[in-house]
Amino acid sequence: MKKIGEQTFELEKDVCVVSRCSLVGSKEGDGPLKDYFDFIETDDKMGEKTFEKGERQMFLKTIKSAIEKSKIKKENIDLYVGGDLMNQLVSSNYVASELELCFLGLYNACATMTESLIVGSTFLDSGGATNVLCATGSHFSTAERQYRYPLEFGNQRQSYAQWTVTGVGATLLSNKISSKVKVKRFAIGKVTDFGVSDIANMGAAMAPAAMETICAFFKDTGTNQKDYDLIATGDLGKLGSDILKDLMLEKGYDIETNYIDCGHMIFNIDQDTLQGGSGAGCSASVLNSYILSKMETGELKRVLLISTGALMSTTTNQQGDSIPCIAHLVMFEGE
Amino acid sequence: MDKQARNEKYLAYVEKKSPKAGWFTSLFHAFVMGATICCLGQMFSDIIKSFYPMMDLLTLGAWINIIVIALTILLTAFGCFDRLAKYGGAGTFIPISGFANSIASCAIEFKKEGLVFGVGAKMFYVAGPVLVNGVAYSLIVGIVYFIISLF
Repeated sequence: MKKIGEQTFELEKDVCVVSRCSLVGSKEGDGPLKDYFDFIETDDKMGEKTFEKGERQMFLKTIKSAIEKSKIKKENIDLYVGGDLMNQLVSSNYVASELELCFLGLYNACATMTESLIVGSTFLDSGGATNVLCATGSHFSTAERQYRYPLEFGNQRQSYAQWTVTGVGATLLSNKISSKVKVKRFAIGKVTDFGVSDIANMGAAMAPAAMETICAFFKDTGTNQKDYDLIATGDLGKLGSDILKDLMLEKGYDIETNYIDCGHMIFNIDQDTLQGGSGAGCSASVLNSYILSKMETGELKRVLLISTGALMSTTTNQQGDSIPCIAHLVMFEGE
Repeated sequence: MDKQARNEKYLAYVEKKSPKAGWFTSLFHAFVMGATICCLGQMFSDIIKSFYPMMDLLTLGAWINIIVIALTILLTAFGCFDRLAKYGGAGTFIPISGFANSIASCAIEFKKEGLVFGVGAKMFYVAGPVLVNGVAYSLIVGIVYFIISLF
């Protein structure tokens, strides 16, 4: 691996996406991407007693399917990296204990998917590992009770709020088995805080972090938006992506034509999710369905995925602190 | 540009860019919902009165509260109340229905953590602040009222 510029790293080995799997809940399954997901679960408890247990089952089903598709034996997976939104990463911890794989738990809120891909690729590029599993996810009902109110509590959401995605995405990376899609470069984000403290307005809080990482990547690599078929942010929502477009334009990059936001596109406008989806499962499930399938068919060749995460807790928020945010960028290249 | 100036500029821009809830529609929805709940209360009151014409107002009021609370808890349990509240906002929250919903929804949500540390500890998680503020403000109003009544 070599460092280019200030924040970007380039992989020297071929790190390939061997297999992928995505699982979502029924609301996401009614959205515009329904044909791309591997599994759409109508029971968001997965037959378990609690939502927390259901979330773990979602992880297990997705990961097992990704491993099965890859035809790699579980014993040959050197490392499992990933995380979720729960305190102490409980969902991933229980899943890792069930899978009996070496595990690194990561937390960057909704940016955990790209963070996992970065850590996984680094292990593969160093040659220390051969096969690495990256999986992250989130669950509306478990996140809602941890960060907001009980499910049946009657309140009105702000018109700029977002909806946590129930979904899991798993990507299996390998440096031995080759495939069409490869991880080429990544840019590690800096924690950015533009002073937004409204916990409902995540899009506005996270957009500057995305802007800074993308601009740093463009500067480091000497490229611009025209060099990529698709630039996808994780979960800025409609408002956040509009803000990002404005911020990018201010920096001299017009990303209007080839830009999408996973959170904005996972739900239909009439699904009452306000600005769109959010959560660690948002970019994970969209990457492992829509984006990678378009890359496998050759429709997209060079893609940037920028997952964005808001790194506050309810405690810091109640104490009036603003929301620190991060965005990590991963560049995929297809054949 | 230093950070503070940058943040101030950005926050002003976000404020302008963020969609606002139309205050007229919000008020109208709250009015319709609040009025409907109050009319229902009045209806129950009239019905009870027609059966027990001798009932005093205090007892009658208690019965109305009990009925509205019971209905709210039932709607909460069936998962309909949050949809009404999404439409009605403060119109649903301000009458006693909002208070009942906040307690019932917590009881349902935290049942999984057991009766003591779940339901017992967290039932007033949303309603608690309302109670504390209610008591505190009544105290202040009481003192002001007492001082005024001296003259």
